[in-house]
Amino acid sequence: MNPITRRNLILGGGAAAAGVGGLDAADRLAKRYGLIPPDGSGVYGPGETLTYACQRLLTRNTPAREFSRSMISKNPFANAVAPPNDAFRKLQAGGFRDWRLVVDGTVAHPMSFSLVDLKGLGLHSQITEVACEEGWSYIAEWIGTPLSGVLREAGVLPQTQYVVYSSTEEGMWESIDMQDASDPHTLLAMGMNDGNLPVGFGGPLRLRLPRQLGYKSVKYVNHITATDDIKKFGKGLGSVSPEYGYAWYAGM
Amino acid sequence: MVRVTHWLTFIAFVALFVTGGLIVISHPRFYWGEVGNVNTKPLFVIPIPSSRDTVPNGYNYEMPDENGWSRALHFEAAWVVVLAGLVYGIYMLWSGHFKNLIPARCDWNWQAYRDRIAKYLRRAPPDAAEARSYNVLQRTAYVIVIFVLFPLMIWTGLAMSPSFTAAFPLTVELLGGRQSARTIHFFVTGLLLLFLFVHVAMVALSGFRSRMRGMITGYTRDSQEAP
Repeated sequence: MNPITRRNLILGGGAAAAGVGGLDAADRLAKRYGLIPPDGSGVYGPGETLTYACQRLLTRNTPAREFSRSMISKNPFANAVAPPNDAFRKLQAGGFRDWRLVVDGTVAHPMSFSLVDLKGLGLHSQITEVACEEGWSYIAEWIGTPLSGVLREAGVLPQTQYVVYSSTEEGMWESIDMQDASDPHTLLAMGMNDGNLPVGFGGPLRLRLPRQLGYKSVKYVNHITATDDIKKFGKGLGSVSPEYGYAWYAGM
Repeated sequence: MVRVTHWLTFIAFVALFVTGGLIVISHPRFYWGEVGNVNTKPLFVIPIPSSRDTVPNGYNYEMPDENGWSRALHFEAAWVVVLAGLVYGIYMLWSGHFKNLIPARCDWNWQAYRDRIAKYLRRAPPDAAEARSYNVLQRTAYVIVIFVLFPLMIWTGLAMSPSFTAAFPLTVELLGGRQSARTIHFFVTGLLLLFLFVHVAMVALSGFRSRMRGMITGYTRDSQEAP
């Protein structure tokens, strides 16, 4: 064991100073390459930032895990949601024919889509796992249209940094960066396991984000806003989750 | 460096253990394989109330839900362990101190272990060599914790990350699936906790105050004789 000596203290102090300088340089680099999450400040900011930055560097262009049809869960579990409001019930009574997905923000042509319009953009299917932050999970087939196609249709502008999406559920909104938004696995799901997406699982329209935990896969999506300034939304933390103490980036 | 990383790891381990426990109570059921939820058969269930009402367990009581900050602190503390582990590993390789931890070549046989256990059972005092160094049982315990349990903890933790496993699917497939990774993560926690108990008990038995002083300041009572 090395006893504490003046030499060791000086060496330690020098190392600490170099470390702080290194952190400062890393911080500047991370900002330039968009590796700092919107909630990357505060006590847990360093942890969130390290996780987000490392995963972004490691997982660039890697698709979500997909499973064989035989692995689809026979009895998937859906978290309970708040009872739907009257507007939702009215839409449900009409078979969601009048459901609208509004797309606005930093897009050339703000527009709205019916479910039929969305299906017209081309359907994809994926067999992916929903993993809840509580620890449980299930696998299902999800059928829908990639978010990237919808953004292309609306003419997403090059300065866009984040895509905000919100729900008919009061106060439910999330956002993702452009890497996730342009991933072909980021799906606006309308079907599940060869049927329509049940209301309990987020029907008629749920954003499926299989490379992040379940809470980022918002149910009843009816509004998408592209933005170059995420700080304008809510408390400026990127989504409603950090306002309740949950990470904006849920890839971990 | 060993002392700094030791205490950083200790603080982070306490944080990881507490927050891990708080996260587990939101779903105190464990499964084997890729998927598991309240509609599938569990491997085992911890008989405690849950912090979420989604877990049917017969208790008419909900624990406080602390998942938000627990998850944030869990991952931040995990980063502390990983970074402290890297610094420690590099230092140990550079200084050549690993040779003091890896059991001596002549002790790579069951006889050495049997002899040392017998010595503990007789409550024989450590011999001169052992007072300066670690015996074969101590070395084995440290090697298992450093090279098996902590790496396994990090591996099984990462195998629960949907983004990390997208990039490296084998990390979860080799473990048998996401839920298997979670279950192994839980059991390895138990083994690390067992190590912590024995470790602290041994420190207490060999003189808590002098050992703590040694690990904090680097001085031991007989440090003049140290090489």
